[in-house]
Amino acid sequence: MIAAACTFAIIAISVSVLLNAYRLIVGPDVTDRILALDTMVINAIGLIVLTGIIFETTMYFEAALLFAMVGFVSTVTFCKFLLRGNVIE
Amino acid sequence: MTAFVEMIVSTFIVIGSVFLFVGSFGLAKLPDTMRRLHGPTKATTLGIGSLLVASMCYFVFLRQASGIHELLITLFLFLTAPVTANMIAKAHIFRSKAVQRTLPRTDGRVNWATLESPSGSKKNIQA
Repeated sequence: MIAAACTFAIIAISVSVLLNAYRLIVGPDVTDRILALDTMVINAIGLIVLTGIIFETTMYFEAALLFAMVGFVSTVTFCKFLLRGNVIE
Repeated sequence: MTAFVEMIVSTFIVIGSVFLFVGSFGLAKLPDTMRRLHGPTKATTLGIGSLLVASMCYFVFLRQASGIHELLITLFLFLTAPVTANMIAKAHIFRSKAVQRTLPRTDGRVNWATLESPSGSKKNIQA
């Protein structure tokens, strides 16, 4: 039952990543592209967690935690650069 | 007991993936940047929280491993999602003249701090 749920979840999250890629390419402004990248990082964390469940290993949690931290910092840095024209003043 | 836990884990996985899909669909479908912010910041955060709860139940009840890491990821994502949304909204306001025209005037000497020019001068973009 868990395997079937994981298959469904992987298909749904892959379609979500494709939708994010559509917004990343089409997005009329830079802020839309930043938002698409942020959502894509969150979807990647979901895929990593699912991989950990499928392969029955707890090895991938550190990778997911690192993805969450790097995604947050990069999004805030992009926005800070747009707002101030500089990252560290 | 095992079948019951498997059912709970499967339910959480399906709910989480559906919420992730709904958030990404909203990001692709909605017409405006401010409206597009709603999908990823709320639905996607809820979806990833549900997936991490599923992972925690799976490893604690079926594999007898520790499940503290997922709580850390959930806490971090729930803390950082509003900050991200606020920063993106501020950048959008800073870049869009149409949104700036709808802002009310402030009472103080200084106008909206978001709209101040980066060089630190008192001149305001809105004024």
